[in-house]
Amino acid sequence: MIQGRPNPDELLRQIESRERLAARGRLKIFLGYAPNAGKSDRMFDEAHRRRSRGQEVVVANWGNATKPHHGPDRGRGQILPNLPIHQIASRKPEICLFDQMAHRNSPEASKAHRWEDALALTELGITVIGALNLQHIAEYQDAVEKITGRRAADSVPLSFIQAADEIVLVDIPPDRSTLPPRQISELRELALLVAADVVEHQLQSYMDDHGIHQGWGIQERILVCITAGGDARPMLDSASRSAKRFHGHLLAVTVLQPDLNRAAEETLQGYLDYARRLDAEVHMLPPAGDPIGAIIQFAREHRATQLFAGHTRQSRWRFWAPSNIDRLIQASEGMDVRLFPHQRS
Amino acid sequence: MTKGKLKIFLGYAAGTGKTYQMLTEAQELKARGIDVVVGYFEPHARVETIAKTYSLEFVPRLRLEYRGTTLEDMDTDAVIARRPQVAVVDEFAHTNIPGSRRAKRWEDVVQILESGIDVLTSLNVQHIESLNDQVWHVTGIRVRETIPDWLLDEAAEVVMVDVTPRALLHRMERGVVYSPEKARQAMENFFNEGNLSALRELALRQTAHQVEEQRAEAPIFEGDSAAVSTGTECILLWLTPHPATAMLIRRGRRVANYLGCPCIAAYNESDADAVCQHLAFCANLRIETRALPGVDPQGALAAYARARGVTQILVTRFTPKLIPLVNQIRDLQVTIVSERVRTP
Repeated sequence: MIQGRPNPDELLRQIESRERLAARGRLKIFLGYAPNAGKSDRMFDEAHRRRSRGQEVVVANWGNATKPHHGPDRGRGQILPNLPIHQIASRKPEICLFDQMAHRNSPEASKAHRWEDALALTELGITVIGALNLQHIAEYQDAVEKITGRRAADSVPLSFIQAADEIVLVDIPPDRSTLPPRQISELRELALLVAADVVEHQLQSYMDDHGIHQGWGIQERILVCITAGGDARPMLDSASRSAKRFHGHLLAVTVLQPDLNRAAEETLQGYLDYARRLDAEVHMLPPAGDPIGAIIQFAREHRATQLFAGHTRQSRWRFWAPSNIDRLIQASEGMDVRLFPHQRS
Repeated sequence: MTKGKLKIFLGYAAGTGKTYQMLTEAQELKARGIDVVVGYFEPHARVETIAKTYSLEFVPRLRLEYRGTTLEDMDTDAVIARRPQVAVVDEFAHTNIPGSRRAKRWEDVVQILESGIDVLTSLNVQHIESLNDQVWHVTGIRVRETIPDWLLDEAAEVVMVDVTPRALLHRMERGVVYSPEKARQAMENFFNEGNLSALRELALRQTAHQVEEQRAEAPIFEGDSAAVSTGTECILLWLTPHPATAMLIRRGRRVANYLGCPCIAAYNESDADAVCQHLAFCANLRIETRALPGVDPQGALAAYARARGVTQILVTRFTPKLIPLVNQIRDLQVTIVSERVRTP
């Protein structure tokens, strides 16, 4: 656990953002992985529950015919009052429902997309509950297209979803789907991971707000220690494979050495470039009298769950000498240390 | 006879709606003309969930005498004798009443599946064996009722029943999940937004993993994207009498599951008595174990690892003579698995 005291500016920023949030309406999104997979039904279920508890719920209406709902809850939205989008701000209901949040508005509308209307309403203190499909998240459109061969015309930025107060993954098999089972399976997996990443993001801000500087290691974070003293590439390949299989995060770190000769320097830079090509987040730490200590501290701060290091050959340069390995192991509470055979560079 | 299919409704805490969604599915199956019975259902006095059992057939429970009181549990024989197409069995990780034929409900479920009956069941992520240390790390609670991970791999489907921690906390406050006194205790101890978010993330990632697993096992047809290659890794666990070995076994199981590779374990034969609990634990998690001669345990470990094509040896940091061991086995990857530490 890192004993870190947030600085006063940081505290003030947190307080201000909390105050702003208090006046704001909440944004809740039901995320589905395929069309007709029940996310609108879940949204309307929640709307009805809230209405039965005495809250005022309206459905935002853009004047065009919205798609009818399928499944057992067909048409449940119709018994809720519908209101044209431009009247909602003045009517100020407690809760407003948005279907198809990625939809582009007509050119004369004040906002380009429905999701922008949604944000504007939350600023007025109205809670927005919306439904959205995986294919409409801009950052995942390439991945979805790779699976289904199709790309949705409209999208919302991932930041919109990350900024939501709550997202709910609707993991229900689609009612009627033309997609082959394998594609559905791939979309499901992707949606689950998107939701997990959003939750990780929220968890991190929760922990920051509560001054908890400890990683819970729910998502694997693999840190590769790179030196010029051994071939780092097999280690990076292995780390990259693990990161992919765990859907984790890959980091690479080196402690710079001022006395490195030119050839060694080039070798090191080559490894760092290799790491970048594997999508690792690469960090170079300034020269330190105690490089092992610097790496341990870095690993803690970046909440590493696995630390990869290579044996060096027993020679003049003994960065990972037995005593250092021992130290690394003793200091690595909550972190697995994986030692790799020495590979000649 | 073809084995029945298992479908697991996975949640991350009491009150996420697993049972509700499971019963909703049972109702839909019944409406489609499928013969569904409820083998076991735990009402927890939740009105909306109880309403979902309306018109479903219940197999009468078994009544057992235990220390002077009559307790009820699932009557597995009666469920099998009834021969439905689908049986609903709530609370997969439940421990049976002492003296029952099988110790765990999951063992009863395996029997029902063996009889060719499909099963719908509910499970919370904290009951998965290989997550036990992580769950303790997050919540401070050592969950005793666990199920081995291979049960999830053998399930035909695992679905995530998601709800936000906030909605769950509201349900608790309104007394939907527990009685007011129990709810207050639960919220003080276990149910806070941080814990719940962490468990929720675990459940989402676990479900994603199971979805991927199933796909990797499914036959590939032309035009489909390729299945995940499992590579050529092989993991070996070095068991010692130290209690942290249990954590090593769970971690090893988990890493092997994710890498899609075999996991085996070895121990020094002179430790045989001291590690017998760990051996039983390995058997439960389907990890093959092997005794190695005790004269030169490190040399024997290295030789065995090389002979079996092991790529990675996992040890705890409490392994005797760890540093010499690490130095002796410099041609293989050695992972020193660290126990998780909770700061109060």
